Amino acid sequence: MGNKQTTFTDEQLEAFQDCTFFTRKEILRLHGRYRELAPHLVPLDYTNNPDIRVPLALIVTMPELKENPFRDRIVQTFSEDGQGNLSFNDFVDMFSALCETSPRDLKTIYAFKIYDFNRDNFICKDDLQQTLNLLTKGELTEDEVLLVCDKALEEADLDGDSKLSFSDFQNMISKAPDFLSNFHIRI
Amino acid sequence: METDPVFFTDRSGRITSNPLLDQLPSYQSLLYRRKSSASSNKRRNSSRGRLGSSSSGKWGMSTFTRPLEKQKSQVTEQQPIRELAKPMAEKRRDKTQRLEEAQELSNWRQWRRSSRRYLRRLKDDTQEWLSSMKLWRGDIHLIEGMFGTGILSYFSFLRFLVVLNLIIFLIKFIFVMFPIIVAPYASGNITYNLNDAGVCSVYPSSARRGLVIFHEHITDLLSGGGFLEQTYLFYGFYKVDKIHFTNVTYNLALAYLLSTIAYLSLSLIWIVKRSARGFKRNLVQDEDRFQSFCNKIFAGWDFCITNENAARLKRSSLLYELRTDLEEERIKQKIADRTRKDKCRIYLIRLILNLFVIGVLAGCFYSIYIATVFSQEAQMTKVNFIVDLIYEYLPSIVITVANFITPLLFSVIINYEDYSPAFEIRFTLMRCVFMRLTSIAVLLFSLWSQITNCEKECVCGYNHLLYSCWETRVGQEMYKLTIFDFITIVAVTIFVEFPRKLLVKHCDCGLAKWWGQQEFAIPQNVLEIVYGQTICWIGTFFCPMLPAICTIKYFFIFYIKKVSLIKNCRPATRPFRASSSNFFFLGVLLIGLALACLPVTVSVAQINCSHACGPFVNFNTSWEVLPTTVSQLPSGAQNLLFALSSEAFAVSFFVVTCLAMFYVIALAGAHKRVINQLREQLAMEGRDKRFLIQKLCQAQRLSPVRSPVSKSQPRRGSRSSPSYHTSFSSNFNEGVFLAHSPPDSSTHV
Repeated sequence: MGNKQTTFTDEQLEAFQDCTFFTRKEILRLHGRYRELAPHLVPLDYTNNPDIRVPLALIVTMPELKENPFRDRIVQTFSEDGQGNLSFNDFVDMFSALCETSPRDLKTIYAFKIYDFNRDNFICKDDLQQTLNLLTKGELTEDEVLLVCDKALEEADLDGDSKLSFSDFQNMISKAPDFLSNFHIRI
Repeated sequence: METDPVFFTDRSGRITSNPLLDQLPSYQSLLYRRKSSASSNKRRNSSRGRLGSSSSGKWGMSTFTRPLEKQKSQVTEQQPIRELAKPMAEKRRDKTQRLEEAQELSNWRQWRRSSRRYLRRLKDDTQEWLSSMKLWRGDIHLIEGMFGTGILSYFSFLRFLVVLNLIIFLIKFIFVMFPIIVAPYASGNITYNLNDAGVCSVYPSSARRGLVIFHEHITDLLSGGGFLEQTYLFYGFYKVDKIHFTNVTYNLALAYLLSTIAYLSLSLIWIVKRSARGFKRNLVQDEDRFQSFCNKIFAGWDFCITNENAARLKRSSLLYELRTDLEEERIKQKIADRTRKDKCRIYLIRLILNLFVIGVLAGCFYSIYIATVFSQEAQMTKVNFIVDLIYEYLPSIVITVANFITPLLFSVIINYEDYSPAFEIRFTLMRCVFMRLTSIAVLLFSLWSQITNCEKECVCGYNHLLYSCWETRVGQEMYKLTIFDFITIVAVTIFVEFPRKLLVKHCDCGLAKWWGQQEFAIPQNVLEIVYGQTICWIGTFFCPMLPAICTIKYFFIFYIKKVSLIKNCRPATRPFRASSSNFFFLGVLLIGLALACLPVTVSVAQINCSHACGPFVNFNTSWEVLPTTVSQLPSGAQNLLFALSSEAFAVSFFVVTCLAMFYVIALAGAHKRVINQLREQLAMEGRDKRFLIQKLCQAQRLSPVRSPVSKSQPRRGSRSSPSYHTSFSSNFNEGVFLAHSPPDSSTHV
């Protein structure tokens, strides 16, 4: 397999295997997918860690992310600059955290980050409204949106500050039976 | 946003929180390291890292100062690197750091570490290989992308049944059929059952003689009679008693009985193991009642969907669910507002409708009974090809028609009973399950009544004139049910679903619009295959090749349903949740298994086995093989077995099991109480925190700035402050100074 020799060194592949939930074959396949997004930008040879980032607009065209209402937020969460430009490391990190074998705790952390639109470490009512609007594409009326957000806060807010801290969120997610099976992307 | 005395936000919405809050240990553990650690290298780390959170102080500790890290590394050692919520660069650094630390460990520890890593790598590779071997992986992936995880669970359930049936067939084959096939080649000497000259052991051959018309072959194939009757297919063929190989004697009768018990227990264990995951979640509380909105908003979207259509449908189904939930809230309010007069009226209506349902069920069961009796009697006389076939299949036809009409009836009736929507769905489903499984029970009961119904006195324990080999007869009925079930599924798909799709697509009339496109109704489909599987379990005792037939049947059903789903169906508007569906499927399957055990037990232990065919000719009932074999064992083993089956052992075992159960229940109750207490405490702590911070802010505003000399002191202090050692008062002092320093420094670690 000539590809293996020229894309990553063995050491790099081993590091990837330890730091993510993917095997070598899957890492190479992911590199192929990453390269597909911007073939002129992304080199084939990654042995010397080139500093290349693929912009947000290209990444959300991937079929796995295209239909997801939270695609922008997901990519922004995993990018280092917060704007959605992913290096290959971030790319692999993203799919590893969202893969099937990723544990519940890890997914809970990232879910919290994704739903926290203003990045203040709390999911406030505004964040909830934005989440709901993305989810339903604005098809609920204003009143319904407010009512649903109120009810959701009522259900999950434990310490009574009318926003969800991480521990509130974690507690709520631990009781959501569908979270693990729904919150994963197959690649 | 109203001015919040506690939290500050700047224009862009990015947090510049109160510096006091930044110092709180709980907040510190949430932040990512903004600046990379000192020992890091060339990476082009931006000065603004990501804001993020990790779930507990255990991981957050690694963001603290270096001296603390060494201490905490013992704790973080347990956590594999890939489960940490950090960017890739930091994970790599952690890995090199751990490797460095590993050098310092003793050889034994190093070896243990590396072997653990190697084993984990091996496990990953094996799991990947195994999952690539899984049947239909690509197809199921495709379905998941198009329709989401609810329908996916149906198909993986189907796959599970295919594998289960295959294993059951292998058990029967290896222990019963294989020795018989192999005996001539392995110089085995088969002793057949003795044919005493009594009247009970007369078994007229059913093979057709003379010129056989072609359509009679087809009748035989479809009804299991004629040339199929005396083959490996049915119980009657296994008239072998023992097979004597060179050094060992193989007791086939015992093997037949034990393989029956084995496949029933294997099915039970496998299903329970599979449902353990879903069971834990659904057992204690239906949590969804308490946080249904949160579940839908945060865990509602299925991230696997890649198809535009499916995404649109998922969105509309989520909308529908949210609106239904809002509606349920309103209905709950309405129910709470019901007057006494309303309640009486509703209870009366419910009573009448339930009586009506019971009447309908009784009618269906009675018609199944009549059909079975009629069919058994009509099989004695032959009229012509088509009519014969209809008579043979009459019970199956009646069962299928009843199972088609009753769900429609139930879903109409439930609208008048005025329950909440969630309860409606569940109640209708329960009624359908009851109908399906009880119809099999009624069929078997009517067969049993025919078999043990003699004119005067049953000489052989069963009606030997009509049923010289009654097990084969029962096996034939099960065979017919299986074949007819398969034919029904194929026929409905081809002759109802495809035309419906064509009609809806090309015709614009009101009828087509009202009927609408086919929905893949998961509960009904699941009931269908559970029904088939229950028949398979019952029939395997009488027809050992039935599991193989069922494997092939489910294999084809998978492809038929898949094609039908993709071409004809749209996902249901009332979505079926993946988590509860697994539990529902396996729950219904368990009920089917329990139901299947009953006829098998009665046949084995109660009814006299045929004296004309089968491996148990020399015994009165099939069960007698076991006591006879046990009595031939050495006395030590005999005593042990007698002790195990004695009353003393059974009673003490029962008592111990009850004690264990009570203990576990008490433990669960205690945990629940502790959780409630902790929840209240958390709420109280939150309020305390906000109160104290408010007071602090007030104090900040009021008190003047202290002397700047001591400014350096708290600086140093602040670096090590976000640990658990500082008391609140020192925080207070620092807070006063830090209020005037730029926000960035407060996050220096």
